[in-house]
Amino acid sequence: MQLKKLLRSAIRNILRNRLRSLLTSLGIIIGVSAVIILSAIGQGSQSLIEEEINDLGTNLLVIFPGASRTGGVNLGAGSINRFTYDDVEKIKKDSRLVNAVTPIVQSGGQVIAAGNNWNTEIIGVSPDYFKIRNWGLKNGRYFTDIDVKINRKVAILGSTISDELFPNQDPSGKTIRIRNIPFKIIGVLEDKGQAGMGRDQDDIIIAPWTTVLYRLKGGRYIDVINASANSTEFLEQAEEELNAIMRESHRLNPGEEDDFTINNQTEITEMETRTSKILTWLLGTIAGVSLLVGGIGIMNIMLVTVTERTTEIGLRLSVGARKIDILTQFLIEAVVLSTFGGILGIIISFLVSLIINTFSGFYTLIKIEMVIVAFIFSGSVGVFFGFYPAQKAARLNPIDSLRYE
Amino acid sequence: MPLVIETRGLTKTYQMGEIPVYALINANIKVHSGDFVAVMGPSGSGKSTLLNLLGCLDTATSGEYLLDGKAVTSLSTNEYADIRNQKIGFIFQGFNLLPRTSAYENVELPLFYDRKHRIKDHHQATIEALQRVGLDDRMNHMPQQLSGGQQQRVAIARALVNNPALILADEPTGNLDSATSLDIIAVLQRLNGQGITIILVTHEYQLAQYASRIIELKDGHIIEDKVIEERNIAPDLISC
Repeated sequence: MQLKKLLRSAIRNILRNRLRSLLTSLGIIIGVSAVIILSAIGQGSQSLIEEEINDLGTNLLVIFPGASRTGGVNLGAGSINRFTYDDVEKIKKDSRLVNAVTPIVQSGGQVIAAGNNWNTEIIGVSPDYFKIRNWGLKNGRYFTDIDVKINRKVAILGSTISDELFPNQDPSGKTIRIRNIPFKIIGVLEDKGQAGMGRDQDDIIIAPWTTVLYRLKGGRYIDVINASANSTEFLEQAEEELNAIMRESHRLNPGEEDDFTINNQTEITEMETRTSKILTWLLGTIAGVSLLVGGIGIMNIMLVTVTERTTEIGLRLSVGARKIDILTQFLIEAVVLSTFGGILGIIISFLVSLIINTFSGFYTLIKIEMVIVAFIFSGSVGVFFGFYPAQKAARLNPIDSLRYE
Repeated sequence: MPLVIETRGLTKTYQMGEIPVYALINANIKVHSGDFVAVMGPSGSGKSTLLNLLGCLDTATSGEYLLDGKAVTSLSTNEYADIRNQKIGFIFQGFNLLPRTSAYENVELPLFYDRKHRIKDHHQATIEALQRVGLDDRMNHMPQQLSGGQQQRVAIARALVNNPALILADEPTGNLDSATSLDIIAVLQRLNGQGITIILVTHEYQLAQYASRIIELKDGHIIEDKVIEERNIAPDLISC
């Protein structure tokens, strides 16, 4: 009950000086909204990176032909040795840490369907590919191992192709001609959006690898192998295991250089993530400093308030207030003032974040933890910077303060 | 009549640099319950010092002070605060009402610090105190909406609300015109008639004649302590 009354009188004292209270909390308002907005920008870019990693596929390992050496005199990836399906089979058979593996055969060309045509990328894979890339279907079905086995001429379209060739219709069951070879469409993939460099991932046709290799491309070599590790935890072990299997498959002697390269996605994105983390910390520090300045503003105005209300303090002491009562009263006033600033700051940060997301290229993500932290922090600022003025008020002597003009 | 105040050799000295200043010297005062004592004297005579000591706002350098039968020398600041809350009601020259706070809430203020819950029903006590000064119909008014006399009556109600043993009024009419002053004195006289002990500090000889007894101070000494034979009675405008 005491606390309720104290809160009520604190709020009334703040409302009594609306403009002053607003100006006083301005530092906290700016500080809190800065903390939230800046961390939201950091979080936003981080979540984009994470999404990109997920888009690429969970725990994806990519095996390229050729040595990993860059620079120097090297004939370049794929020029020395190539993969065959034997490599894929061996991984399938021997690996314990990889749960899906697919060959990838890359091709491309002009695609024609009922009056429309489009030039696009065509890749041949096995059904594991969709699992590795975490890629769902908008409609239709995936192809099966049987389709692969018998080189069936079936294709799954990326959503961009589907929209270009068959605007506003379901292409399932229809036929397209890729370099004059008819393919039956069995499904359309979900949107994946743009990849890191702005390449449209949905501008693609996916077919059984045997069909692409033997009917479309010719030859017997696989371009790339994709595999996915059982879990992120064992990604590195899986990479080592794959390395051993591939060396065995290619009959490399100990000491001989690898004739292939294994990449994992975390390596690629790690640096990007680290940069954004540093950015988040840096911005957080700047915002923290502005909260500090806001706190000093509150301390300043609380000191003024204590001086202004000296006779009130004297009166309260004369009617029986203890030192602790006065201390509590002014401390609560400071905390109410700073949390009021905190709440306003949170509201402003949500609005600004909304504006940024709507009108600019940035993506911001406000984490609820961040809001809670900022709110608690603003309250703590009130306690910390309100303590000295409140203590000053509590130390006043009743006689002198009653006589104070 | 029981003693409300008894002081024995109450002395207060201040240190002004090297020189000690004797503000109050060896004061022996007895105030019985129901007394109306006027404390008089020119400025610098020790009136304020005496009031501060009696009001437990300050501690004496030496001597004893018994308030309501209890020794109140050498207590902690918290104990002093509680005594002020339970035993004493203050009335000030400048009213000292909280601005932009209703009369009701101003009167209620001492109850806010009533730690021991001596007063059971705060609302009832507040209303009663306002009734006793005839302002229960203005309890939702803000101080700035009230006249000077009304503001001082709110302050008197505030002093009454805790049901104190003693009311200390420090120049309560100093900021008021003579007609309003008389009103306030009438309120005090009526409360005194109801058994409340009042100590009125004033430098106006005229006003002191409304008390039942005068204590006169000069240079820190009590030079006179006499009962007023022909006491003035202020016309009471508030009928209760």
